[in-house]
Amino acid sequence: MTATIVPPATITEATPVRRTTRPIPTTRLVKVELRKMFNTRSGFWMLISIGVLSVVATGAVIIFAPDSAVTYESFASAIGLPMSVILPMIAILAVTSEWSQRSGLTTFTLVPSRGRVIGAKAIATVLVGLGSMAVAFAVGAVGNLAGSALAGVDTVWDVSLSTAPQIVLGNLVGMAIGFTLGVVLRASAAAIVGYFVVSLVLPGILELLALVREWFLDLQPWIDWNYTQVELFEGATNTGEEWAMLASTTMIWIVIPLVVGLLFLRRSEVK
Amino acid sequence: MITVESLTRRYAGFTAVDNVSFTARPGRVTGFLGPNGAGKSTTMRVMVGLTVPTSGSATIDGVRFADLPSPGLEVGVLLDASAQHAGRTGSEILAVAAATMGLPRTRVDEMLELVSLTPTEAKRRVRNYSLGMRQRLGIATALLGDPQVLILDEPANGLDPAGIRWMRDLLTGFASQGGTVLLSSHLLHEIEVIADDLVVIGNGKIVASGTKEELLAAAGTLARSTSPRDLAHALEQAGIPSTLASDGSVRTDADPARVGAVALTAGIALTALRSADGAGLEDMFLSLTADTQRDGVAA
Repeated sequence: MTATIVPPATITEATPVRRTTRPIPTTRLVKVELRKMFNTRSGFWMLISIGVLSVVATGAVIIFAPDSAVTYESFASAIGLPMSVILPMIAILAVTSEWSQRSGLTTFTLVPSRGRVIGAKAIATVLVGLGSMAVAFAVGAVGNLAGSALAGVDTVWDVSLSTAPQIVLGNLVGMAIGFTLGVVLRASAAAIVGYFVVSLVLPGILELLALVREWFLDLQPWIDWNYTQVELFEGATNTGEEWAMLASTTMIWIVIPLVVGLLFLRRSEVK
Repeated sequence: MITVESLTRRYAGFTAVDNVSFTARPGRVTGFLGPNGAGKSTTMRVMVGLTVPTSGSATIDGVRFADLPSPGLEVGVLLDASAQHAGRTGSEILAVAAATMGLPRTRVDEMLELVSLTPTEAKRRVRNYSLGMRQRLGIATALLGDPQVLILDEPANGLDPAGIRWMRDLLTGFASQGGTVLLSSHLLHEIEVIADDLVVIGNGKIVASGTKEELLAAAGTLARSTSPRDLAHALEQAGIPSTLASDGSVRTDADPARVGAVALTAGIALTALRSADGAGLEDMFLSLTADTQRDGVAA
């Protein structure tokens, strides 16, 4: 009896060569993280929704606002509202999907330095924030031109050059809060719920506390991040004290939890 | 080469991996065996830096995985084929990994072809993939960076028979080119066919390790004859204890050469003579891990 053994064609004898590999540059990591934010179905639709909601909000102002309110500020705030909700969601999912969708198993084996990955995510998040704000201002400007022409009134540009950066900063702070919650909680659902708790439930509680306890009234602007957010969105953060208040709430709600969260994240098990 | 030294990982209340040491050598396929919850996956996670060891170390060619400049180009890892973002397409998952490693996009198509995922399948989202397709995608991710070392946790899980055969050829080919392969599996037959070295773990401790030949030699010899009773008798006369199984096979701890010699002297025609590896690995596995089995299988 003869048996034919077909040798696998791909096998060739070779000695292993130890190759020298170069470290992964940070720019590459940022590009990869940006890509990962939008190459999933949910990420894709979030990106689309920013554009769509900007246009819808602009349209709503043109249709419903009285002629006197057809100003750039109306458009900016109409677009800013949905934006201020979606942007933090994007920031949250950028971090938590590695755990909730378990893609971190691959991510952190390709790049074992978790601090670098999270850093790249933070840079990518800021870039998305800036890009979205640019789109929002542009759509708002077009809306303002079109709206005033339709209403037959003068085009009013009433968002000053000092207010615009504050609005941008406000959105970035919102994203940073979402990002922080993502790092601390590392679960999409918990972080999203957490975001609505700290942005919708918490202000009410602090407001109430300030009403019933007089000593808290002076303290509130230093602790309540929603207070400093409102100031930013209205472009009303002007004095040194107001900036110090912003620094204080940023320290309490972003810097400290983020540092603690990162310490845990770096040692935690990725499963 | 993968070197694991005195590796221990404790969780609150129990020790998942207890003072484990072994090496997986280049040019060989090392099979990593153990019952559910024995500590295989934890050991593998420590190797690739996803879990911090309580004490001890795991190194790849003398370097900690986390210290490799671009690990994907040196070590291919597949720990859990289901651990992918369900909303991404198969090709996008490979493209992201390729981008992270700084590889050209063409490498993605090469890998998809290698693991036999069609262009249509590659455009579907992973949510809609079968386990076997996820495994193929995971293997593609592991091979993407053309690494010298492969660490695979249950890679044959969910593959169809043709896929298992393909995987076997792939891994033996990889090892024959000087690569190091460490793979865990519950499919004992699969491990038996493919592995050169074995590491058996139970309750977090190594219970046996060595080459497959060494470990299976301990499992003894299986012989068949038209008159098994005579064979058993002849062996007994030669001072070799044996057991006569109900299926007519004779098992002994002596090596096959000796059993053959005895049969020749006694003038008994043998119809089968081999080391008892058919059921050997399974027997060995069950007896070595008997204390740690959940199901109380009699070894």
